[in-house]
Formats: sequence, structure tokens, C-alpha cells
Amino acid sequence: MDRSILEGDPHSVLESMIIAGFAIGANQGYIYVRAEYPIAVQRFSVAIKQAREYGLLGKNIFGTNFSFDVEVRLGAGAFVCGEETALLESIEGKRGQPRIKPPYPANAGLWGKPTLINNVETYANITRIILNGADWYSSIGTEGSKGTKVFALGGNVVNVGLVEVPMGTTLREIVYDIGGGIPNGRDFKAAQTGGPSGGCIPKEHLDTPIDYESLKQIGSMMGSGGLIIMDDTKCMVNLAKFYLSFTVDESCGKCTPCRIGTKRMLELLEKISGGEGTLEDVEKLEELANSIPKTAICGLGQSAPNPVLSTFKYFREEYLEHVQEKVCKTGECKALAKIQIHEDKCKGCGMCKRNCPVEAISGEPGKIHHIDETKCIKCGTCISVCPFHAIG
Amino acid sequence: MVNLVIDNKQVTVPEGTTVLEAARKVNIDIPTLCFLKEINEVGDCRMCIVEIEGRRGFCASCIQKVEEGMVVHTNSPAVISARRTILDLILSNHHRDCLTCVRNGNCELQALAEKLNITDVRYDGVKNEYEIDDKSPSIVRDFNKCILCRRCVATCNKVQNIGAISACQRGFASCVSTVGNESLNDVNCTFCGQCIESCPTGALHEKYSINEVWEKLRDENAYVVVQTAPAVRVALGEEFGMEIGTNVTGKMVTALKNLGFDKVFDTNTGADFTIMEEGTEFIKRLKEKDNLPMITSCSPGWVKFIEANYPENLPHLSSCKSPHEMFGALIKTYYAAKNKINPEKIYVVSVMPCIAKKYERQREEMKENGLYDVDCVITTRELARMIKQANIDFTNLEDSSFDDPMGEATGAGAIFGVTGGVMEAALRSVSEILTGKELEKIDFKEVRGQKGIRKATIEIGKDEIKVVVATGLSNAREIMEEIKQGKADYQFVEIMACPGGCIMGGGQPIKSSKIRATVNVQKKRADAMYTIDEKSKIRKSHENPVLKKIYKEYLGEPGGHLAHEILHTHYEAKPKYRILDNLN
Repeated sequence: MDRSILEGDPHSVLESMIIAGFAIGANQGYIYVRAEYPIAVQRFSVAIKQAREYGLLGKNIFGTNFSFDVEVRLGAGAFVCGEETALLESIEGKRGQPRIKPPYPANAGLWGKPTLINNVETYANITRIILNGADWYSSIGTEGSKGTKVFALGGNVVNVGLVEVPMGTTLREIVYDIGGGIPNGRDFKAAQTGGPSGGCIPKEHLDTPIDYESLKQIGSMMGSGGLIIMDDTKCMVNLAKFYLSFTVDESCGKCTPCRIGTKRMLELLEKISGGEGTLEDVEKLEELANSIPKTAICGLGQSAPNPVLSTFKYFREEYLEHVQEKVCKTGECKALAKIQIHEDKCKGCGMCKRNCPVEAISGEPGKIHHIDETKCIKCGTCISVCPFHAIG
Repeated sequence: MVNLVIDNKQVTVPEGTTVLEAARKVNIDIPTLCFLKEINEVGDCRMCIVEIEGRRGFCASCIQKVEEGMVVHTNSPAVISARRTILDLILSNHHRDCLTCVRNGNCELQALAEKLNITDVRYDGVKNEYEIDDKSPSIVRDFNKCILCRRCVATCNKVQNIGAISACQRGFASCVSTVGNESLNDVNCTFCGQCIESCPTGALHEKYSINEVWEKLRDENAYVVVQTAPAVRVALGEEFGMEIGTNVTGKMVTALKNLGFDKVFDTNTGADFTIMEEGTEFIKRLKEKDNLPMITSCSPGWVKFIEANYPENLPHLSSCKSPHEMFGALIKTYYAAKNKINPEKIYVVSVMPCIAKKYERQREEMKENGLYDVDCVITTRELARMIKQANIDFTNLEDSSFDDPMGEATGAGAIFGVTGGVMEAALRSVSEILTGKELEKIDFKEVRGQKGIRKATIEIGKDEIKVVVATGLSNAREIMEEIKQGKADYQFVEIMACPGGCIMGGGQPIKSSKIRATVNVQKKRADAMYTIDEKSKIRKSHENPVLKKIYKEYLGEPGGHLAHEILHTHYEAKPKYRILDNLN
């Protein structure tokens, strides 16, 4: 989403940075972009060049005493460099790992100097606010969260892509009105907001207004604005495992709870998902998930257990099914998948048979099909292709 | 002053104090692991977390500054549980083979496990597995014991300004490594060993030579001579529970004799030779204004540093070998001839507070007639292990004296082990030789102390010379830059690689973070060295009768032809990295 702003309207960010520089008396700005976004880098660089040509950047802008320039710094794609102090370290050419706070960047930031550091989307709003006035901006959104928010809507939803909505729009409106609902006639199961550090929101909170306070209240967060929709074929244990494996990879390794704690959590999730889990493992997982947020140094570690905590909060029974009944109802945890064709729903259309990669399904057209468990590799293809939801 | 409450105790401390320090003031012992005072204050390991009322998460007390009215709980059930979890996690990725670990009994992690009553590891899982790096002659790295506290990294980068090691990889794969993950042998490591002194666990230790010594001691054909460096005697006792800075010279000599060494000599005598040679070299250079300032060369970590980093300054370096090398060379030449012993049968063992000496003794330059001057170097710690292994009840030993005829040393030789000591010893002799008059005051207190760089102007007769003492390699680098940029207005420089000098060498007994934070180890050991000097009958190297005799009987004049051949060497530019060699 930030990338789309940099690619689509780099001047909105650049202009706001110049204004911010003027406001705080800075004369050097940096924009930190991942090297994996070459178009954003290129377009922003062009924008800088253009601004210099127009005299909007450089020495004595418009004949005033104010001088300001902006430099692009490329990141190597570490997630933790989204944490402000790790980002500063990276710009300084050091290993991207967070600093101890205090001091905060406003007191001692880049090169030890007081630094204003903001997200791309924040800057992109500044010029609009100045042009249209604060009252205009405040008229959009909720009491505590003003303006709009751009979400990267994805997952099991008909319309995927970037959507900008006023703060306070409900999840239901985003999923069903803008997103066009869940494809294939499936049911909504949960939405993950805030990326891998966020949490999941279950069906019962579909009418929650999306703003900073409400999301926090229900155990999730706004984060970067990621919004992944999941239908009822998704296993929440598997989901937590997926997100945690990301943060484990992206931990900078500085503090113990994040470096080792998240790894141990992932191992426990793998054990549970792999059919080897016990109630004690669930207990241990919960202990670590509760302990790490209080002991990790930075936001990455502190929020890493969120996917586990929120799935515990709303889908605890799934964890218990995995360890007590040794079943993963969605079949996503393959070791625990029991894939069978429900005879009352099967119409004998043959979709499953045609799509099975190992020819484990047999049956005559129009008649009930059967799965040969000795051949089945539990890939789940049949579940997702069955138009009658007869497999599970 | 700031008032706060820690575990219901009122505490008043100066502004800027950390919660950890404030707690220690009222005898609350918050456990730490990555904390190393003034070197590694980063709050990474999270062992020292405390609960502060009104704060969301726990705070690392080693970096959290006190605030007025703060209410701190160091031992609430929540803190105890979280701290236990942290330690548990660290232990889960640690090779817990304490019984066979070099740091058994002196390991901060082991001590924490005991303190926190760890009886099982709750969150066990996969462990990182690493190959052990034992390629270098000086240092062994066993990452399987590393807990990523990064005290070594901070020491190498901040204290020594070398940067041989750094954090690499990320997440669970994070490790401390070198450029290209090469062996320490092949990168810019100087083998100062300060990282070993910083390591809380057994992840870093010296390359052992104990078994070679045992073998030679059992070999009837070998004539095994041992010499002990000045700094060993004021620290060895610590390995046997004695007070820091206890002078155990007499017990040490007895122990060495009990171990079965044929002769027990004192490297202090070698230091006296170094003063004679270095002093003579300095006087010559001073008169001829040749390559001034002259820099001392007795610290092998320092020599490795200048050879790799400042080759253009090498002409300033004294050509003297270090004291134990000089002494080893004399044992295999003068002493062997005089006592009609085949030098090939002589096996010289040096007990040193240093691990760079292990590297130094293997240098091709350190040979006489094809024989190494010194055959084996063991550290103070290794000697302690040997004494323990040999069932010697060290603390109850009687005193005995070094063997003649090479056992007599001066107070000047003794203070070689402390920063400023070489300078002071040299000044005593240089002054008297240059002026021909006896010094009224032989203590040069202006070159003593703990400051990293000490500059002084010394009157010698009617002349003045400016001298500099630098200790620790970051300070050495500063002096090197001054010389390189032509800003050096001084004539004589003493440099030791280890901050504090040999008494704080990489081979000395390892002190825990807590001891280092609360006791001035350097001062205690230094005081012991100066006391040895004060109590010495002879305190000037040129007055040592052993020297006079050997110069008269064998070497000729100090700085003369034979002295040069045996006691001097040449130092030359060496590559900083040997990685390219490995590729070829």
C-alpha cells in the first residue's frame, strides 16, 4: 500500500516531507524503501529530480533561508526495519536491529540527531490536510481515529486489491460491500488485520468499526493495513503457524524472547499441527505467547505472538481438537486431515476425481464418490474444488 | 538525588543511576547476563527485567535509569516467572555439557541456573549446531556454548576497536561471526583475548597446551624449563579462591617445582634484559633522532595489530623481542652452553597472562639456530588447572624461590606486567645511563594509572623527553594515527594491547560481570605489582647482577652484535586478512 503511494504519487510524500522539514527546521530528509520495490525507488528518484529542477528541493528554496534535500536509502528487505529505530540503524549503514528506547527518535534519532520519522501513508495525507483544512479531515472517521485508511484486501474475498475507506467502516462493509463477499459460496471465518503481527477477527466481530481503538480492543491492530479474509476452509492453528513462521524468520535476533521464544512457539505449533501435540504443549504455547509481549525489546517481538493469542481467544476449540481428538477439520494440517466425502451431499459431479493429483478418488458420474485413504496425500484439492461442500 | 522504592526499600541515588545499580546499593542482587559495565549496556538478554509500576511491559534494569517516585519490583511473581522463562529459553539453545566445559564452576549461565533454581528446561527444542573454530594458535570458539550476549562483540569493537567479530544472520540463526565466517586465525583478530575475559560461558577459550606440557614433564629425555611472567603471580591465587591481587610468587614457584619442572625461572629477569636492550636502542635513536618516537614491542597482540594495520609505522617499533622470548633464547644459548645441555633437549614453557603469546611463540622470527625460543605457552588459567590436576593444595603451600642463576629479577622487571610499567622501568635505566647519576626518585608516578592514554614530560638531566603510555588497542590506534599524521611530539611510547596491561591479559583468571562492575580488578592487581617493586632489593634493570654477569660472560655490550642476534628480531607488514590465501 505504501509502495502504491510511492509508485503512484511520489510527490505527495515528497512535498509533505519538505513541509515537515520546514516545520521542524530540518534540512535533510531520507526516504527508506526496500530494494525489492524498484519501481517505487525509480519513481521516487524521478520525483526528487523533478523537485530539484523546480527549485522545491535544494539550497535556499524559493529564495528563503530554508534549504532541504531528500535522499533515497535502500533497505535489504528486513521486516524489522519497519520498526523506527531499526530503520534508523539501517539508514546509518548498521545491522538493522532496534535501539533501546528511550531515547526516542525525536530526541536522538538518525546520527544521534533529533529526528521526525513517519510512515509513507502519514505523509501522503499532509498536503490534503493543509489544502482542505483540519476540519475537513476530522469530519472523516471516528472520534479517536480521523481520516481514511487504505487496506490491502486479500485472501478469500471476491474483489482483492487496495481499498480506501473512512475510519470506522465496519469489517462487514469492507468484506461484503466493497470486497463482494466470500467466493464459492463459502462462509466467512476470520480476517487477519495488521499483517503477521496483527490478530484475527472472527465472525462475531464482523460489525466492529475498523479504527485503532476498536481493533486493539478485540486483540488485533491496524499495523500496515493488511487485511486478509479467510473462509471456512482455513485452519486457525495453521494460520497462526504461518504467521509465526514469518516473524521467526524476520526476528533480528537481538533479544532472547524474540530470538528463541518465537522459535519455540513455532516448534510447538508445528508439533500441534503435525499431530504430535499434547495439552501441555498448548499450555506452553500460551505461556510463551503471554510472556514474550512483556519481555521483548521492540514491537516485532512484542506483537509476534498476536496471531497465536487471537486464535486462542476466538478459536481455542480448534487447538483442542488438534491435540485431543487429533483432527484438523479443514484438512489444512495434513497429518490430522481426515478427508472424506459426505454421502448426503455428494452429487457425483466428478470434480474431485478429475482434480485429484494422485487418482485417489473413484466413482461413476452421478453416483457417490469415494476416497482411497491409502493413496490420499491429504493435499486438500478435492475439498476446495467440490461445488457442493461435500468433502471435509 | 533521586528517590525511588525497590522491593519496598527506600533508595536514594544520584540521577543517571540505573535501576540495577540502585538495587545493588540496597543489596538486591538482580541477575544479569549480557550486562558488562560500560562495555555492553544494551538490555538484550532480558535477564535483569523488573516490573515498574505504571509500565506496560517489563524493563531491563541494566539500562533503565532511575526516576523520582519510581516503584520497582524485582521479584514479583510475574517477574520471577518471566525471568525464569527467559533463562529457560537461553538454556534450551545451549549445549548443557557443564561437566566437561572449561567454565565449569566459573560460568555466569551456570550460576544463574542455580540461582533461579532451574531443575528442568521447560521449552526445549532444536539447538543450533556449529563447528568449533580451533584453527588459530591462540583462541578457540565454540558457538554451541554461545548465548549471544554479545559481550565479546562489544569488547572487540568498542574497547579494542578491532571489529574482528560481529553479529551475523538473524533470528534464531543469529550468531557472532567474522567476515566471511572465516576462522579467527584468518581475519583481523589480534589474539588479545579480551573477548575470552568478557565471555560469560565457555564459548571462547584459549587453545590448550596443557597436555603437551604433561607429556614433556613425563619425558625423561626432556629438560623442561618453565618461566613465569610478571603478571601471573598477582592473579594465579584467584583461581584458588584467594583475594584479587594476592601475590602468590612463592607458592607458585613451589607448585611449579612440585609439578616436576627441571628449572623454574622468572620472566622478570627477561624483562630486565628487555629494558637493557630497549633502553639502549632508545638512547641510540634519541641521539641519532632516528625513527622517533620509538614504540615498545613486548605485547604480541599489539605487534600483530601494528603489523596488520599500521605497517607504515613499523620503523618506530623497537626491534626487541618480548621478555619471555628473550629469556627463552638465552636459556637455549647461554644457559645451555654453560650447563652443557643440548639445546635441542630443552623444552621452554612460558606461563603467561596472555593468549597472543601462544601465537607469538610460533612466529618464524622467534627462532635461534632453528629452535624456537619458547616451545610452549600456557596461560595463568591453564597453570591453575595443572596445579589442580596434580592434587597440589595450592593455598597451603610453602613459599620457595626461583632457581639460580637466572632467577634474580628487579622491581623494574616486575612492573612490566602493568600498563606504564615498561615505560617506568625503561625511564629508570635510561635516565641513569644518560646522566651517569643515580636517580633521587625512581618512581615515575606520572606514567602510572588507569587512563587509556597518559602523556608525560620527563626530565633527564637537563633534557626533557616526552613519553606516552597507551593501553588497549583503541588507544593504540589513536597514537598510531597521531604518528601517521606527523602529529607525534613525543619520543617514547609504551603500548600494551590489553586495557590495563598484562595483569588484565586474555589469559588471566576470568572475573564475572558483577565482580567487574563492583571491584576495581585492575587496580588491585596493579597495586600488588607495585608492592612487589617497592619491596624488591634491586629496582633498576641495569643493576641486576645476573644481567651484568651474562652481558660480561656471553652477550657483550647491550645492543651489541650477539645481543642483537639473540634478543632482537624484525617485525614486518603482515596481511590483515588471510582469506585470500585460503581461496588460492
